[in-house]
Amino acid sequence: MRHSDLIVIGAGPAGMAAAATAAETGLSVALLDEQPRPGGQIYRDVDRVAPLREDILGKDYSHGATLTAGIRRPGIEHVDGAVVWAIEQGFRISYIRNGRGGQLSGDRVILATGALERPMPVPGWTLPGVMTAGAAQILLKQSGVLPRRAVLVGSGPLLYLIAAQMVRAGTPPLALVETQTRGDLFRAARHFGGALRGWRYLAKGLAMLSEIIRARVPRYTGATEIAVEGDDRAEAIFFVCSGKRHRIDCETVLLHHGVVPNTQAARSLGVTHRWDEAQTCFAPVLDAWGATDVEGIFVAGDGAGIGGAKAAEFAGRIAALKVAGDMGKLSSSERDRLAAPLHRQHQNETAVRPFLDTAYPPFREALLPADATIVCRCEEITAGDIRRYAKLGCLGPNQAKAFGRSGMGPCQGRYCGLTVTALLAASNGLSPDETGYYRIRPPLKPVTLGELAAMEDGARGAAE
Amino acid sequence: MKTASPFLELESSPRVRVWFDGAPLDLPEGANLAAALLAAGVGVFRHTPVSGAPRAPFCMMGACFECLVEIDGIVRQACMLEVSEGMRIARPHQAEGSDAAQ
Amino acid sequence: MDADYAIIGGGVVGLSVAWGLLKRGKRVVVLDGDDGAFRASRGNFGLVWVQSKGMKQPRYAQWSQQSAAAWAGFASELGESTGCDVALEQKGGYDLHFSEETLQATVAQYEMLKAKLGGNYPYDVLGQNSLRKEEPHIGSKVVGAILHHQDGHANPLRLLKALADDVRRLGGRVLNGRIVTAVSKPDGFRVHCDDGTVVGAAKVVLSAGLGAAKLGPKMGFKAPIRPQRGQVLITEKLPKMIYRPSLIARQVDEGGIQIGATNEEVGLDDRVTQPGISGLAAEAIAAYPALARAQLVRSWGALRILSPDGLPIYQQSRDMPGAYLVTCHSGITLAAAHARFLPDWLEGTGAAPDLEVFSEDRFAVS
Repeated sequence: MRHSDLIVIGAGPAGMAAAATAAETGLSVALLDEQPRPGGQIYRDVDRVAPLREDILGKDYSHGATLTAGIRRPGIEHVDGAVVWAIEQGFRISYIRNGRGGQLSGDRVILATGALERPMPVPGWTLPGVMTAGAAQILLKQSGVLPRRAVLVGSGPLLYLIAAQMVRAGTPPLALVETQTRGDLFRAARHFGGALRGWRYLAKGLAMLSEIIRARVPRYTGATEIAVEGDDRAEAIFFVCSGKRHRIDCETVLLHHGVVPNTQAARSLGVTHRWDEAQTCFAPVLDAWGATDVEGIFVAGDGAGIGGAKAAEFAGRIAALKVAGDMGKLSSSERDRLAAPLHRQHQNETAVRPFLDTAYPPFREALLPADATIVCRCEEITAGDIRRYAKLGCLGPNQAKAFGRSGMGPCQGRYCGLTVTALLAASNGLSPDETGYYRIRPPLKPVTLGELAAMEDGARGAAE
Repeated sequence: MKTASPFLELESSPRVRVWFDGAPLDLPEGANLAAALLAAGVGVFRHTPVSGAPRAPFCMMGACFECLVEIDGIVRQACMLEVSEGMRIARPHQAEGSDAAQ
Repeated sequence: MDADYAIIGGGVVGLSVAWGLLKRGKRVVVLDGDDGAFRASRGNFGLVWVQSKGMKQPRYAQWSQQSAAAWAGFASELGESTGCDVALEQKGGYDLHFSEETLQATVAQYEMLKAKLGGNYPYDVLGQNSLRKEEPHIGSKVVGAILHHQDGHANPLRLLKALADDVRRLGGRVLNGRIVTAVSKPDGFRVHCDDGTVVGAAKVVLSAGLGAAKLGPKMGFKAPIRPQRGQVLITEKLPKMIYRPSLIARQVDEGGIQIGATNEEVGLDDRVTQPGISGLAAEAIAAYPALARAQLVRSWGALRILSPDGLPIYQQSRDMPGAYLVTCHSGITLAAAHARFLPDWLEGTGAAPDLEVFSEDRFAVS
């Protein structure tokens, strides 16, 4: 088994920055990512794509190329296309690459597994033609593929970014149906101090919004009773706005109401997570360096709490400096000297978050969906099912999973976990922390029995 | 199969022949398989084993497992694969001659 | 007095006993743990199984047979009142063999047991060809199988849910999220919980799984039980390909193939390990080669509750008469016996089953 000082999982901004910084201090680094090329979701395929579509995607996207350049150096082994399915104490990483199992060991692990779209269970959200807004952006970035007749639904700056990119590409969305209200903006005003420190983000947001308005994309805010209509695929979006019922025919519905940390890998290691009220999600408990309560395991980037791509980059570097210090590559004073400006920059990058989190809160109806709405897409379990399990004594999601299979499908709870916790918490009158989350176990991603068995044969061969 | 796709491709690139559900399709070589199938007008990737409901790509980042297809007898995520010449793609466990479908 | 019985432990064992007592008109309170507790009821394999059990103690084989025979009525009664189908299938089950030697050795043991059971041990030995007629996906490494006609399987999670539902429906009180810290008997029993809850009851049943190891000695039991880890795998949902269950694999009613299980003495560690699940995968593929292409979707480790000889313990406390220890590692197989027959033993009726061989007296004082 090949050994590295540091294993970084995820080649997005946090992971790439962490790997580069660690290698600069002389650590040997293995950087694993499941995509064929580095970038993560935010800089997906940036080396190949930026020259093709920078006019549509913008300069913020092209910035990713500086990070991909940083990992092409000695000391970093970039294992692309590697789907990590187990991380065990020691640390031993098991992954599948090109249909074959592999293993690596390392002294420290930085998890840079990024974010997932916050699940947005509304009626009809499982129909073909309904995707996350992030999915549309990935289609555009990586493949140059755009929906012709799409409606964007939900809340948050990402909706404006995608709408603006669609406008630039010549296929503006049919409408922007937003769920945030004037009241949310009013409440956000008290965070304006932080927002001013992040003024560049606000300026960009306003510029995108004016692009959308200039393109005459109809915009609705404060939408409620959102439902996707259609028999075998999305045909229309229904909603109520200012007391009026609306129905817009469309082919594609793009849902988004924020992103949340992807905690699967950290949870599989037993890292303690706490409910973050401001971001309405669970996040790992970390110190200022990104260290978890499991010795040797760090989390950097959006997986640690949503801060965005630039903040992720700084967090990755900070965690890498800590590892370098712990492993004797830097003195603690040298480490602290290098980290000080990074901590300041990280704080500046995240200053705007409280304003954004308040101005664009998650859509309430999707946090606690109506009884008939499917919450577990894989096993087709509804919100009403979960409420019934609460009545049968399920205090937490693991008992509910046993009673009704929510979270047992191939996505392993990624798109139902937060909803199931929220439903049980509300039904039982408990907090999300008291309610808890699914116990995450390997395989973090499905792996064929043949691939698994081949690893057994390999171990036997080595022993003989 | 519907050919009028709800999706538009910004660029054209060299194509190779693949089969989806027994029908030939010409997709951009090396493209993301899920994106290429969507652009080619494939609306339903699979039917769920629970209720038979139709499903199609949802997250495009390997997390939701809605874009599952069967290739060489193994069910995989289309959004995590790249198009290669001669690929035979089936809906999960519906491939002709698939062991488990008999 | 809150109840006739306080049942400590709301897993399949505790709920089966509670259900049986409620059916007899008893007032029952069940004290159950929290979401993160070690719960064998959430991690077991789901077999309703007779063969290979009680090779050294025919009474255990017989007790398993009695339970298996009572299962169909138990399942349909539960299903009718809750609308929850526990997917019981009792068409027999296999012990698959990869060598003639192990097959013949097992048959020899079964013959001895069969004689002790008065001939009631219906099984057939299938060679490779006849096995393949029954199970077309069986691999060439399998030389044969013992098909035992009293074996079967059920959906253990739906059993758990149906019991949780019906116990409430029958008027049982279930208190979730409780950890029992002490049991006292000033007069009747008083069961004390960590949150301050105190439940009064005429009798107490300790069916707390591994929790009994700690609580049992305080109640006058030896409770010599230990955890043994079993790692279990389950694949994506597949079209029907395994027709009868075996100790290696079974196809659950939802379609997934469940593969088990390791036997590991690792204390209270319920994690899964790469070597553990790779080994299980290799064995399953040896039995059913088509499984090589199946995706593993989930795996888990669960802790069996084992006594020194692997048999159940049914014991009334000598220090606290009216307190009973009920523990076993075959809570699914024995669920019907616990629901139908154990209440007679707890109540001391004339119909009480003879459970003498399962008393703690068989274990030397440690």
